[in-house]
Amino acid sequence: MLVHSPRARRAVQAAFFALFLPVFALPFLVIVTASLATGWSGAFPSGATLDHYRAVARGDALDALVTSVLTALAASAAALVTGTWAALAARGTRARRVVGVLFVLPVAVPSVVVGLALLVAFSEPPFLLNGTPAIVVLAHAILVTAFAYQSVAAALDRLDPACEQAAASLGASPLRVLVQVRLPLLLPSLSAAAGLCFALSMGELSATMMLYPPDWLPLPVKVFAATDRGALFPGAALAVVLMVTTLLALTAVSRIRTRAAYR
Amino acid sequence: MTTGIRFDGVTVAYGGTTVLESFGLTVEPGEVMALLGPSGSGKTTALRAVAGFVRPTAGRVFIGDRDVTALPPHRRGIGMVVQQYALFPHMKAGANVAFGLKAHKVPRGEIAARVAEALEMTGMSAYAGRYPRELSGGQQQRVAIARALAIRPGVLLLDEPLSALDARLRSGMLTELARLHRELPDVSMLYVTHDQVEALTLADRIAVMDGGRLQDCGTPQDLYRRPGSAFTASFIGSANLLPVTVTDGGVRLGGTRLDVPAGGAAAGASATLCVRPHLVGLGAGPNALRGTVTEVQWRGATHRLGVDIAGHRVTAELRELRETPPLGTEVTVHFAAHDAVLLPAGADGGEARG
Ligand SMILES: Nc1ncnc2c1ncn2[C@@H]1O[C@H](COP(=O)(O)OP(=O)(O)OP(=O)(O)O)[C@@H](O)[C@H]1O
Ligand SMILES: [Mg+2]
Repeated sequence: MLVHSPRARRAVQAAFFALFLPVFALPFLVIVTASLATGWSGAFPSGATLDHYRAVARGDALDALVTSVLTALAASAAALVTGTWAALAARGTRARRVVGVLFVLPVAVPSVVVGLALLVAFSEPPFLLNGTPAIVVLAHAILVTAFAYQSVAAALDRLDPACEQAAASLGASPLRVLVQVRLPLLLPSLSAAAGLCFALSMGELSATMMLYPPDWLPLPVKVFAATDRGALFPGAALAVVLMVTTLLALTAVSRIRTRAAYR
Repeated sequence: MTTGIRFDGVTVAYGGTTVLESFGLTVEPGEVMALLGPSGSGKTTALRAVAGFVRPTAGRVFIGDRDVTALPPHRRGIGMVVQQYALFPHMKAGANVAFGLKAHKVPRGEIAARVAEALEMTGMSAYAGRYPRELSGGQQQRVAIARALAIRPGVLLLDEPLSALDARLRSGMLTELARLHRELPDVSMLYVTHDQVEALTLADRIAVMDGGRLQDCGTPQDLYRRPGSAFTASFIGSANLLPVTVTDGGVRLGGTRLDVPAGGAAAGASATLCVRPHLVGLGAGPNALRGTVTEVQWRGATHRLGVDIAGHRVTAELRELRETPPLGTEVTVHFAAHDAVLLPAGADGGEARG
């Protein structure tokens, strides 16, 4: 910390919360409140109800939630494998920067463009994915691999080569070194990347809108549909369900991370 | 399997700069060879060439009679211990030691016994269940040594294994390493250090390196008593190096004639005279030199006197003196003819190191 006296520290913390609460926390507070409100008058909600959540439990929202979670799991797994593989392969070569830029490109353009590109690319045999869940997963994976790659590449740079060399001198083949030394040492970064990829995929909307088949409808699309037709409060309830699910997943991942870091 | 290491004209360059040049050295089976040299002289590089982490641009490396120059590190069958331990942080000490055994496909039933044996040898049996971060530096280094020895390598490479430890622990570990070597007489060791005490204590022979080249190689006694160059003399132990001119049957330091066996040196040639500080005596005697006292250091058991003799500094290491001569007074120092070594010229005389 830059300040040492307890009072100064409290002042800094207060200033932080004064800035943080309105900018970051208030919008979420509004969503949570709205999901429990019957209506809204002026700056405050009017009347409390659980009806919106009951509707969520009854309707097909849960299917959408499951769809979202499955998509996010598959996309993050694909992104982690691709990103880690690429980071390991490009380590210490000149290709490193090129690969990094390639992975970041999809993030740098509007995701609608990614969706459109996939639609055009995979609509004809032999590359026919259009209308299948796979194209949604693919889009999400393309959009989040950059984060997996960056995180693993940075961790690889910090990795002390002495451990790997010790392993090699002890007779371990490159594969054994990878599986038993390198990947375990990368576990904290891998799990951080996994959490980020999962969260990004859970919230992805624009590319999904262009690609989702009727039988594979992720939750953000439902949220959008609800708010689009003016059903703000049921939409808020859906958003809260999405947020809570993502939070639970992130907590589980960070459990893994603290265990890995403690070892 | 015969062990031993042979460098045959090994040259290593990092991006155009040559850091090891036509390096030739043989470590006999069961021998402890110390690689001694100043920082940046290429000691670690030589070791890495044996381990397989750098590829020589020229020359060959042999382990036993096997040419390993093109072999990847994991096929070389060496044990390696480095300064920063490099234990696997996510494995307990026992698993660290077992790692190499599993990699070598040792039968499962044998592994536990061999792990126990290796940890026993380094006195770490009680710590098998601890993670590296739960061990002190000295304990971690013992585990690292156990891990390297567990695979029963023919060749053990040690890169400044003790330099991260404090002085007390270091001398203890030095004794342990000497004991390990007695218990494992077949293992050849290449021991990199820039600490001359470690080299003198442990090594059967010492190779002195400077600027990527081998300067000198011999038994500790040889290198200490009969160094081949001024660099060796000043690097192993401390030395008074004086620029002299060879005359018939002796040498001359400035105007003073000294009675020193000139060996084969021709009269009139310039040379460097090397005398160890502890062999210089105070008072009159053979080869007496007069000078003024410039420095007095008390080192407990000894007094170290710096004497300026016609512009050259001579250091005398004397048994503790009752009365020390005051600074600036004239004193006479002397040395016996057979305690002096005449070296080829080229050293900037008058320097004492150590
Ligand atoms: N990976 C590398 N890339 C470029 N130059 C290197 C590399 N490793 C070592 N060098 C250079 O090679 C020379 C010899 O290095 P080396 O590590 O062998 O020295 P050393 O004798 O072990 O020194 P020390 O006693 O400080 O460990 C040094 O000048 C160093 O700068
Ligand atoms: Mg070194």
